[in-house]
Amino acid sequence: MTARRQLTPVVAAIPLVIVAVFAAASNWLAPDARVQDILTGVTPPGTAGHLFGTDTNGRDIAQLAIAGARTAVVGPVVIALGSMCIGLVLGTVAGYLGGAVDLALSKYADLLLALPTTLIALVVAGLVDGGYWVTVAVLVVLFSPTDIRMVRGAVISQSTRPYVESAKALGLGRVRIMFRHIVPNVLPVAFTTMLLNVAFALVAVSALSFLGLGVGPGEPDWGRQLSDARDLLGRNWAAAVVPGVLIIVTAAAINLLGDWAQERFERRGSGR
Amino acid sequence: MASRLGRGTLGRFVMVRLAATVVLLLALSFVVFALLYLAPGDPARNLLGPRNPSPELLAAIRAEYHLDDPFVTQYVRWIGDVVRGDLGTSIRSEIAVTSLLADRVVLTAELAIMAFVITLVVAVPLGVRAAWRAGSVFDRTVSLASIVGVGAPSYAVGLLLLYLLGVRFQLFPVYGIGDGGLDQLWHLVLPAVTLAIGIGALVFKLTRTAVLGELEQDYVAFARARGLSEGAVRRLVLRNALIPVVTSGGLVFAFLFGGTILVEVTFALPGIGGLLAGSVTFKDIPVVQAITLLTATVIALTALAVDIVTYTIDPRVRARGLR
Repeated sequence: MTARRQLTPVVAAIPLVIVAVFAAASNWLAPDARVQDILTGVTPPGTAGHLFGTDTNGRDIAQLAIAGARTAVVGPVVIALGSMCIGLVLGTVAGYLGGAVDLALSKYADLLLALPTTLIALVVAGLVDGGYWVTVAVLVVLFSPTDIRMVRGAVISQSTRPYVESAKALGLGRVRIMFRHIVPNVLPVAFTTMLLNVAFALVAVSALSFLGLGVGPGEPDWGRQLSDARDLLGRNWAAAVVPGVLIIVTAAAINLLGDWAQERFERRGSGR
Repeated sequence: MASRLGRGTLGRFVMVRLAATVVLLLALSFVVFALLYLAPGDPARNLLGPRNPSPELLAAIRAEYHLDDPFVTQYVRWIGDVVRGDLGTSIRSEIAVTSLLADRVVLTAELAIMAFVITLVVAVPLGVRAAWRAGSVFDRTVSLASIVGVGAPSYAVGLLLLYLLGVRFQLFPVYGIGDGGLDQLWHLVLPAVTLAIGIGALVFKLTRTAVLGELEQDYVAFARARGLSEGAVRRLVLRNALIPVVTSGGLVFAFLFGGTILVEVTFALPGIGGLLAGSVTFKDIPVVQAITLLTATVIALTALAVDIVTYTIDPRVRARGLR
């Protein structure tokens, strides 16, 4: 059982390392991702020089998928980090100070949580249409309510601990107690939530580019590749299967890792 | 006595929650309206397409759609119309938004309900079974599958299913909605399954956790010690474990509604979600406002219904009263 628990993060890390390498070295691994060859057009997998064939514009499916790792990974990591920063600041303030601040922040979180993320992200990002980074910024805001709630809950459960009482007795300032003493104790839980958020953000970012928002046309991106592949199912199956499997496997690997981390941290937390 | 008290409190509970829902919806409608008001891009220009319009024509269009009025005036007029059941006219198709929605809402509702039923019929029994046999190969397999399923985006899963079952093995129709009636339902099976996978994984996890939590309770050990049959113990556990499953219904519905957008686009279904995706890119603001508000209303009312059901079936919530 212990051996298996040690195995999970290793197995989950393998696809993540591969995708990270894709993202970091895409210029080098997939130099021709943007090269179009409209005369060739769609070719099935196994065509000479194209392991997974080509799409309507004659672009190599394998290279596109490697280059698409960048937008698939960078944005979601930024989203998870950014929303957790908001969550840590606002959640700590709401949880520790309570009162009107808490009420206002909780209502704000409720309001954002009342609508499905995909829907608001689609509406806001679609109307602003400012490209990839605007979409990322919108998602940072949309992801923050869950983080605020999570941090708030964790901070409330920390506030009654003896070390907070002693810090108060020592006459430390509120800001110092919150951010120097409470926040470090919330970080393990925050990290797990952040990990799981990367997976959700990956799905959300790709969903928006699948709907034609975010990444500019012609840019390599898994969501866009999938949306282009809708009309190619009969002619090149790999056009849909390659990016589809990549998204599913990446999201699953992150979730597996997050699940494992959650179990670990929760066990440690309850042991105290 | 107890029942009269219960009914009186239930009435009050419903009233308070209903009022809170109305306030929430008003706040949301304001946010939705403000967002679309502040969004860059000029709907009057969008309407005219690539032509270069004369200032008079633009002014006439602005006047017709009241685009020049101050923000609050526009909001008050809009919300007043909405309350009277008039959602305005689509800028793109020049059809009343209500009839545009009426044509499509049935399909989206069918899709969401079908996915909901598939989820409940498959995920809840699997969750219960996995919890009974926690740690078994069955439990580990399904749990692993659920971790994959939770993160698997519907558009990717949908295309893979479409390729495998539609194109490769030709078991299911590939696109479109068929000729109505049963044929339409048949065309919705694959989209509904796609939609159900993500949410089913979530419901599975929830059910499993809930049943496991109940199995650890003292009353289970006591019931077993008293010699109750395993079947009787399981019935007791199930009754208690299903409360959180029922309350998650609201979450499930929110997920389903957000999910229909992607599934409808993936399978080229003419539902609300597909309409929204098209209207956003076109900046067809009346349609976007209407769909956002409709979705918010459906979700808020579902949450309200869930709260009321919880209140009636769970005595502990009743005892806690209004909070």
